[in-house]
Amino acid sequence: MFQIIPERNELVVAKLISQFSGSIELHEVMADMLCITVQKDVIQEVLFFLRDDDQLQYNFLTTLCGMHYPATEELGVVYHLHSFVNNHRIRIKTSAPVADPRISTATSVWPSANWQERETYDFFGILFEGHPNLTRILNVDDMVDFPLRKDFPLEDQTRDDKDDSYFGR
Amino acid sequence: MAKGVNTDYWDKDIVKTEEPKEYNTLNVGPTHPATHGVFQNVMLMDGEFIVSTEQTIGYIHRAFEKIAERRPFYQITPLTDRLNYCSAPINNMGWHMTVEKLLGIETPKRVDYLRIVVMELARIADHIICNSVIGVDSGALTGFTYLFQNREFIYEIYEEICGSRLTTNMGRIGGFERNFSPKVWEKIRYFLKTFPGKLQEFETLLARNRIFMDRTVDVGPFPLDRALSYGFTGPNLRACGLDYDVRVNNPYCSYEEFDFIIPVGQSGDTYDRFMVRQEEMKQSMSIIQQALDKLDKLEDKETYYATDPRFVLPPKEKVYNNMEALIWHFKIVMGETDIPAGEVYHCVEGANGELGYYLVSDGGRTASRLHFRRPCFIYYQAYPEMVEGTMLSDAILTMSSMNVIAGELDA
Repeated sequence: MFQIIPERNELVVAKLISQFSGSIELHEVMADMLCITVQKDVIQEVLFFLRDDDQLQYNFLTTLCGMHYPATEELGVVYHLHSFVNNHRIRIKTSAPVADPRISTATSVWPSANWQERETYDFFGILFEGHPNLTRILNVDDMVDFPLRKDFPLEDQTRDDKDDSYFGR
Repeated sequence: MAKGVNTDYWDKDIVKTEEPKEYNTLNVGPTHPATHGVFQNVMLMDGEFIVSTEQTIGYIHRAFEKIAERRPFYQITPLTDRLNYCSAPINNMGWHMTVEKLLGIETPKRVDYLRIVVMELARIADHIICNSVIGVDSGALTGFTYLFQNREFIYEIYEEICGSRLTTNMGRIGGFERNFSPKVWEKIRYFLKTFPGKLQEFETLLARNRIFMDRTVDVGPFPLDRALSYGFTGPNLRACGLDYDVRVNNPYCSYEEFDFIIPVGQSGDTYDRFMVRQEEMKQSMSIIQQALDKLDKLEDKETYYATDPRFVLPPKEKVYNNMEALIWHFKIVMGETDIPAGEVYHCVEGANGELGYYLVSDGGRTASRLHFRRPCFIYYQAYPEMVEGTMLSDAILTMSSMNVIAGELDA
């Protein structure tokens, strides 16, 4: 289990707010770790800042994954960062409208974001600006849909032998 | 001098034109020579040296993250089997723990210890595959045939516990589906007694073997700072010299009560990765022994699940004779139990790195989003940087020592 260290969470929030005052939309301590929502136009600077600040040193990108929020018509990216020096984890979120899903890349911050961003592009259609090679990675190249979006059906829609309403779906 | 010979050219310097080098494109794959899964590398070769390489992945993509959005939680367990299928029980346990974290279920100590026994057995099985295959790829088949008997024995233990061998679907949310039988304990104790000798024999065959060392020392080294920026975890990161282990840094499942050493390497080459895994197998043996001792000390010999009726199927006698139990049985099997809304990230030390589950629930019957942090998907990106400028035969050895599992790579 992850240790929740209140002082450290407060330090991260205070530093980020002093640096990017208007761009931090929300910060809350979730059940497992601190979660900060950042506006998409500063995301790359925030990640650089978290990586390079002497006291924070979030030097390790644990995961990067996409999200789809149909209610607000937004696509999101969730970064899990880990500071090996302080053994502390945080979650950073950002989002962009489905109509214009452009978010700057984290590949320049961590090379490990490369494939993870390609995967996110492949499944959600988020366009990472500045990515060296933003092409599909797991799906076939000529696919046109973005399958992890909520409006992409999982099962064959032409079948009529399964009635989802019986199963609470 | 013979007449009629044109000597005009003799004095002129012969200008050697630097012709552009001719590179060959080599398709390694779509299958790996030792079939660790379906891999393809398009390599640009200068003779036997690799100029550049590009990996193609996704041949066995099965859309687990999408499927998981339609399934009740307990039905996601078999999907996790198929990520790193060499150590499926670790994936199963990691998934159960993620859901328990979301639901706030506290598992009894006995469940934790049982899980640790299973997870460490799985780690040994996975390391056996990886290390003996490093031997095979360097031309030594003997070690492989020796150690695989022991892996086979671990699979027999799985079979006694849950009924299946490779894709185990072991355990339930909250614990196990049944208690371990006496036969399981008998087999685990037999394994603990016999395996160290076999492992030592294997190590004697390879560790100081001249040919093996020539093939592996300084092959595919990777500096620590690059490894960190490429998201290395697990034995590959430890071989580069950093003692990061999820079991120690973020203990789960009562690992904080256990006493073990994290082995680290120095240069992160193939030999270091091999030796780190060797030592980890020994440490895993010690952890299993400690878990057995702790289980012996516990007075409770019967508990094998948390008392949470939401996810643990009631016993069959009750289902047949008791109305409430029947209702719960149906609710669980149909996946109609309520899940609180929330999001949680949980990670376990998988056999090849930090295996993470990012689970977002909106309160429905299924996960609204489930993302797997698949360690080898992240560190396999570094492969071109590791092999460029080396020889093809070394590149194959580097790949097998990284323990890239296609099932996990492609999800």
